[in-house]
Amino acid sequence: MTATGRFVRYTILIVLTALFVSPLVFALATSFKTSQQAVQTPPSWWPNPFSTQAYQRIFDSADTPVFRWFLNSLVAATANAALVVATSALAAYALARLQFRGKKLVFGLIVATLFVPPVILVIPNYEIVGRLYWLDTLLAIIVPTAAGAFGVFFLRQFFIGLPRELEESAFLDGANRWQVFSRIVLPLSRPALATLALLAFLTNWNDFLWPVYVLFSPENQTLQAGLSTLQSANSVRYDLLMAGAVVASVPVLILYGFAQRFVIEGVSRSGLKG
Amino acid sequence: MTATVQKVVPEPDRDLVAPTPPRQRGDDLAAWLFLAPYLVLFAAFVLAPIVLGLWISLHSWDFTLPGKPFVGLDNYRDLFRSGSTTFEPFWNSMRATGIFTLFSVPLLIVIPLAVALVMNANFRGRNVFRTVYFAPYVLGVAVVGVMWRFLLDRNIGAVNSYLDAIGLPGDTAWLSSVPPAWIALVGVTIWWTLGFNAVIYIAGLQEIPRELYDAARVDGAGAWSAFWHVTLPGLRPVTMFVTLITIIASANMFGQSFIMTNGAPGRQTQTAIFWIAETGLQNFQMGEAAAASWILTLALMLLSVVVFGVFRARGAMEAS
Repeated sequence: MTATGRFVRYTILIVLTALFVSPLVFALATSFKTSQQAVQTPPSWWPNPFSTQAYQRIFDSADTPVFRWFLNSLVAATANAALVVATSALAAYALARLQFRGKKLVFGLIVATLFVPPVILVIPNYEIVGRLYWLDTLLAIIVPTAAGAFGVFFLRQFFIGLPRELEESAFLDGANRWQVFSRIVLPLSRPALATLALLAFLTNWNDFLWPVYVLFSPENQTLQAGLSTLQSANSVRYDLLMAGAVVASVPVLILYGFAQRFVIEGVSRSGLKG
Repeated sequence: MTATVQKVVPEPDRDLVAPTPPRQRGDDLAAWLFLAPYLVLFAAFVLAPIVLGLWISLHSWDFTLPGKPFVGLDNYRDLFRSGSTTFEPFWNSMRATGIFTLFSVPLLIVIPLAVALVMNANFRGRNVFRTVYFAPYVLGVAVVGVMWRFLLDRNIGAVNSYLDAIGLPGDTAWLSSVPPAWIALVGVTIWWTLGFNAVIYIAGLQEIPRELYDAARVDGAGAWSAFWHVTLPGLRPVTMFVTLITIIASANMFGQSFIMTNGAPGRQTQTAIFWIAETGLQNFQMGEAAAASWILTLALMLLSVVVFGVFRARGAMEAS
């Protein structure tokens, strides 16, 4: 690569980096400003004085209990990820390794729903969740979204790629299907299971439309739905809004920082299969 | 769901051709037990809703009222009859979704590809850049929306302030006038999801065999010609995948509009799914909303089939 080429490449990369990072830095800075300084023009990049007023305000307010939302989001996303991984792994193993009647039908049905846009499910799922008395509870956030087909596909693909020899020798030693699955297949699949858990957690944490409509009480919101409540309650208190945005992003950014390779590889693999 | 256990019909032929692992006979019961937990979820929250949605669309259905009279195809007819209460807002929202999709999809196909090409080499810091570009995607749409609403605020927003500082008009109403609102919504969506598409392209680029580029160079092809004759054809399946998921994501755009513009000015940036959610889940006209979501879905499926056909045809053309 020529020196000019390298210069051009790095210029592009650095400009892009600035475009991606500066809004985040600016939002973070604003969350530590006073309410007056947050709306000052021209904008300043450094909070002066440095203030945690915004955080105190959103954590203390009864209408916008941000800490409670944080816990709700954490519980919902964790439970959803666990449910997705458990049910998908079991189903994917059957579809990858077992021979049974109706396999083509089941697989075909699951494949077909991958092409069904989610909008079709919103109205009827509200009705179903209502009949289950799950409206305004975290169950509405945890369970229905775990029915998505992505996890089953993702793990099925991974299980098919595993070498069969270990499983076969375990059978010869007298292990049953469950033992082979739990003692051989699952331990071998840790990276794939971790990737799926992460993607499910992120998706659930960030889900927006559904929680906005199925959760009503202030104390039952998730952080994402809560942000829109926070916005309608404080339309121009940008210090408060940025503090809320920071609280909603720090956990996922930390998770992403530690596990970005899994997240990115999980996403990029989805394209190669399509 | 069938819970009956059926006897496996022996298939000696298959067993002769491909020796399968032992203990195949117990598979029927085991398989259904393995599948059961997922299938319960799948049946309750994917299959049942598809049928129930169709059923709801044939009724005047209010979740909060006991009576849900059957109205046949009236909800659909109203959506297509000008002068009905749902006609104008529905098609207005379909138009908004159409405009958004029309502008965001091509940009989200081309820009991430360009970024992926710049990234597709061995250079120092490559993984760091990739991590940074993907980062906005892990933030939810609510965070992204709230943040950009602040940055794009007409009076105190940083964007207008910096535009003013470099001598450009600094009082654009990014969130309450069109076309600026469309530029804002499309631009923010690109900022948010560029990294996602780019990562998929990068993986696709790495799948193209190096030998093809070497062969092209031997044939005297320059960088541009190699791009047209090796890179693009090699990326076709990945590009089709990116195109389809981007169309589906754009046609389901909700959060950006809900948080940043709230449909303003008027209802001009209220997207179809926004109108469907508001009509069905806030005003509880669920029959109308269910009918509208079927129309949107059919339109989307038709579009997907067209995209699929175009990519297939191009592939066939180049293969011949």
